Amino acid sequence: MSTATKTFEHVGTRPIRHDGLDKVTGRANYGADYALPGMLHGYVVRSPHAHARIVSIDTSAAEAMAGVKAVVTGSDIPKTNAKLVMGEAALDLGAMGDNALAHDKALYEGHAVAAVAATSPEIASAAAEAIRVVYEPLQPVMNVDQALAPDALILHDGMVTKGRPKPDAPTRTNVALRMELTRGDLDKGFAGADVVIERTFTTPMVHQGYIEPHACVARWGEDGQVVVWTSTQGHFVVRDCCAGILGIDAARIKVIPSEIGGGFGGKIPVYLEPVAIALARKAHRPVKLVMSREDVFRASGPTSGTKIRVKLGAKKDGSFVAASASLYYEAGAYAGSPAGAGAMCAIAAYDIPNFLVEAYDIVVNRPKVAAYRAPGAPAAAFAVESVVDEVARRLGKDPIELRLQNAVREGDQAAYGPEFGPIGLREVLEAARCHPHWKAPLVPQPGRKVGRGVACGFWFNAGLNSSATVSLSADGSANVVTGNPDIGGTRVAQALMVSEELGIPVERVRPIVADTDSIGYNDVTGGSRVCYATGMAVIEAARDAQAQLRARAAKIWDVPVEQVGWERGRAIALNGASGREPLTVSELAAKLMHTGGPIIGSATVNAPMAGPAFGAHICDLEVDEDTGVSRVVRYTVVQDVGKAVHPSYVEGQMQGGASQGIGWALNEEYVYDAEGHLQNPGFLDYRMPVASDLPMIDTVIIEVANPLHPYGVRGVGEVPIVPPLAAVANAMHDATRVRFTALPLSPPRVLAALKQRG
Amino acid sequence: MPQTQAYEAPRTLADAVRLLSTDGHARPLAGGTDLLVQSRATQKLPSTFVDLKRIPELVGIEVGPDGLRLGAATSAAVICEHAEARRLWPGLVEAIGLLGSTQIQGRASVGGNLCNGSPAADTTCSLIVNRARGVIAGAKGERTVEVERFTTGPGRTVLEPGDLLVALVVPRPAARTADAYLRLIPRSEMDIAAAGAAASVTLDERGVCTAARVAIGAVAPTALLVPAAADALIGSRLDDAALRRAADAASAAARPIDDKRGTAVYRKTVVGVLTRRAAGIAAERARARP
Amino acid sequence: MTVHVRTTINAEPQEFLCEPGETLLEALRSRLGLTGTKEGCATGDCGACSVLLDGRLVPACLVLAAEVSGREVLTVEGVATGDTLHPVQQKFLEHAALQCGVCTPGFVVAAKALLDHNDDPTEEQVRYWLAGNLCRCTGYDKIVRAVLDAAADMRGVTV
Repeated sequence: MSTATKTFEHVGTRPIRHDGLDKVTGRANYGADYALPGMLHGYVVRSPHAHARIVSIDTSAAEAMAGVKAVVTGSDIPKTNAKLVMGEAALDLGAMGDNALAHDKALYEGHAVAAVAATSPEIASAAAEAIRVVYEPLQPVMNVDQALAPDALILHDGMVTKGRPKPDAPTRTNVALRMELTRGDLDKGFAGADVVIERTFTTPMVHQGYIEPHACVARWGEDGQVVVWTSTQGHFVVRDCCAGILGIDAARIKVIPSEIGGGFGGKIPVYLEPVAIALARKAHRPVKLVMSREDVFRASGPTSGTKIRVKLGAKKDGSFVAASASLYYEAGAYAGSPAGAGAMCAIAAYDIPNFLVEAYDIVVNRPKVAAYRAPGAPAAAFAVESVVDEVARRLGKDPIELRLQNAVREGDQAAYGPEFGPIGLREVLEAARCHPHWKAPLVPQPGRKVGRGVACGFWFNAGLNSSATVSLSADGSANVVTGNPDIGGTRVAQALMVSEELGIPVERVRPIVADTDSIGYNDVTGGSRVCYATGMAVIEAARDAQAQLRARAAKIWDVPVEQVGWERGRAIALNGASGREPLTVSELAAKLMHTGGPIIGSATVNAPMAGPAFGAHICDLEVDEDTGVSRVVRYTVVQDVGKAVHPSYVEGQMQGGASQGIGWALNEEYVYDAEGHLQNPGFLDYRMPVASDLPMIDTVIIEVANPLHPYGVRGVGEVPIVPPLAAVANAMHDATRVRFTALPLSPPRVLAALKQRG
Repeated sequence: MPQTQAYEAPRTLADAVRLLSTDGHARPLAGGTDLLVQSRATQKLPSTFVDLKRIPELVGIEVGPDGLRLGAATSAAVICEHAEARRLWPGLVEAIGLLGSTQIQGRASVGGNLCNGSPAADTTCSLIVNRARGVIAGAKGERTVEVERFTTGPGRTVLEPGDLLVALVVPRPAARTADAYLRLIPRSEMDIAAAGAAASVTLDERGVCTAARVAIGAVAPTALLVPAAADALIGSRLDDAALRRAADAASAAARPIDDKRGTAVYRKTVVGVLTRRAAGIAAERARARP
Repeated sequence: MTVHVRTTINAEPQEFLCEPGETLLEALRSRLGLTGTKEGCATGDCGACSVLLDGRLVPACLVLAAEVSGREVLTVEGVATGDTLHPVQQKFLEHAALQCGVCTPGFVVAAKALLDHNDDPTEEQVRYWLAGNLCRCTGYDKIVRAVLDAAADMRGVTV
């Protein structure tokens, strides 16, 4: 299905990605693959306590050890109140620095308190053991209920609730932010409802689970120039964060991105980089820091555990009349949970005249959360889409019909504010309803129950800032250079865009991710923005190159440039200059040096808006009612992507997001003991889905063109993790008639509920 | 963390025993899938790794008239490829096949699984129901121990300092005898059992159960042989009622704990389900045998 | 006591010195520059460090470097023959079976090991064989398809 009218020659095809060969042969270099002559190995000392005052740190014994070249602590990271503006968000550099090396308090188990650089990893770890840290342990605050208790210990003295705190809110608080969205008259709305469902849901803290641990190498030159090799979603942000945290000019730091082994939002913040720079400065040697898998779980940024109360009122005919929701999100050790984004997404799919949605950002003694694919939205969708499912059952309505009936459309004012332009929610729901999966009979295996669930998901997608250049070689091939680390195939998409604009075959376009010294500023690879916003920069840069090529043709033909057009990769003579044979890119390129010199097209974009997108997922789940073990047996993802530039990688995003969401629904969770020690900081007991846990994941790409993008692209990466939590839970309800309000649906929880049901 | 001083790969059993008995901090290395992970996690590296895989008695699988002899350091992958072993002890070989991923299978050994002393070890229950014995070499010579007595607590075994588990020997099953093993994990692979159950049953010519053994895992400090569950099966035709009685006996015998892998209540319940199902599968298999 | 290891890696003789407690993964990456074998966990739970040891699939993080004396190791760098990719590698490219690509070397080695002894696996066999290889990007769909297609390719069948 496509509402896009533009026809494409290259965009929409499935060429082999340019960086693929290096990745299947093992040649591609990731964060931990770099080594420099004279390089030292770092080791980070981490707090064994979830909450403790740091009384003293004695590094003398470590510093005296042979082979130890530098030791740093929080005193090497200046305290700062600086913020780094990134789009609409601002990164708190003070918190980021304190998270990289604690100053006064250890705020979670695994919080870095010191680091050492030595001539071998063994010496570094032995020296780390010789560092004496005296702690004064404090009672840990492990979840939102504990954090909100009247007698709760306060993590940060002086924290005040920003946003719109309630008038009676306490002055000493762990609530960093309260925000609310409201419209209409809530009481009147609920008074007019025939059915009102109200439930409270919880979701656990979960990790992005990228396979590559964080890793970097930093070098401090005698001239004060710093070079950092690192695995990151945004090397410009690494540069600017390190500059802000350490008080160095950004122009003195060059960040070279490695290939990145997954991020999903978790490789936006800096953890190791400022520490490695500080060590390298002291040691006068390059320093490498690599997290162990355990470090990644304990001390990088997972996403919030949540508690969400939702109330939804509907009339007998199915129309939603009122909704309220309260979202409580764990921020981890510092302010900054995605509660606000969760609130904005919670009811974004529906046109509801009366609502109040409030969100709380709450600090607890867990690692500071980082972005995780549509941050905030999956938990909110779990709660709201579960309640929508229940309303459908109560009214005896088909769950897709009910959603269609209430779905937002172009021209509606979104619950989060702006008016929707062309959006694809109805097209998505129609496609789901028509999909063979939705109509297929459910056939359980002997001894099992089987159920089907459906759920919707929404994400804003981001625009932000990007730069790109396209340079043409004399043989007619081209390079396209951007500054966004490629996590999932964006380079080949950018090459396709250049092919589309210039008519150069995609295998003759080389896409490159350049370091911070070699291309203009680019915001992070995140917010599903690279194909959209960086894509816009690439298209504009290619069009700039194309304009220059037309000027060269005009020169060769000796006609005014207005009489030169461009068609299918060739300069063509327009009326007035007719009779001249078209000139191909290769022909024009061969004459470059005689017609004015090299051609570089360049562009920077500031894309404040993006194309909002919706998806709908259908899940079939089989349950063994004797053991509570369940398994997804069929799964379909339908999503409006605007325009799929490389459909294989678009499908890949949809499948990957769905499988992360399925893991979140079924087994993944952070398990802490009462003292705040993480019990499962490894892949064995964290339990992400393995190949034998999943079926093939069907995809249906819907293309409702986004008018903000020349090709209609919206962005694809985040929406697919939003619906699965509810789709799985709704399928579980269909199979067992039990409404689960707490995730994960792990076998012990499921069996306990089935026993209670009887 | 103190560094390991040496790696030794002795060619004879005597050399291995000597290395282990002269250095209390030396550790035998078979597949290393527990040893290397644990020594890194606890930062307790052995002084010497004594690699057992070049000692002929420690590697290999033989099926003879008396039964099965498994070199203690034989990798799971090698055992699972042995067609005759699979045919005679399908439950035991399936349990061995559950030790971790394909990669882990290439390393992990039954001897290592047993010596690690985990209550959740996948192979222990199957070894117990098949009346397996461990052959132990030590400074004082060789002895054998029934597998149900081998583990004495979580991480603890009957091995004395300097002792080495050389092989596991399993008697050939009697006529119309078969085994089965099932475990409960939340995912389909790559997990430690939250509960496990193995059963071996012997039928007479009329299909009546004349002998049975049931063992359960991950529900007590060690794997447990459950005679009450076996008694529930013996004398029956292994019908649903008998299987349910065995399940109840297994649940009653379980003494599990709450941890990150499951609640005690959950484990007590599902170990019965697993027992019922494993005994049912063993019964099917026995009925199909001459 | 440093250990002197003489071995064969990717069909070439190799010699190196290592610490007695050093893993094969550490030696491959730090001493031999073979960084194609990745470390995702160092506990045998992710498959990113999959290599073949005497033809047997093993996690290099749970093998001591000293153990490979006199034995043959195959890493991802040795899977292709010159410029000719192994069918698994080729099909991974064609099916877009990688996104970030950090798990890909482990999958390539593990899938090759499967197809070495079974050139006609079912989807279920592929999924269980590869259950020790974590991929967080793809949801495994395209990986499983690529392996099935590579198997067909090796049998001379077009799917």
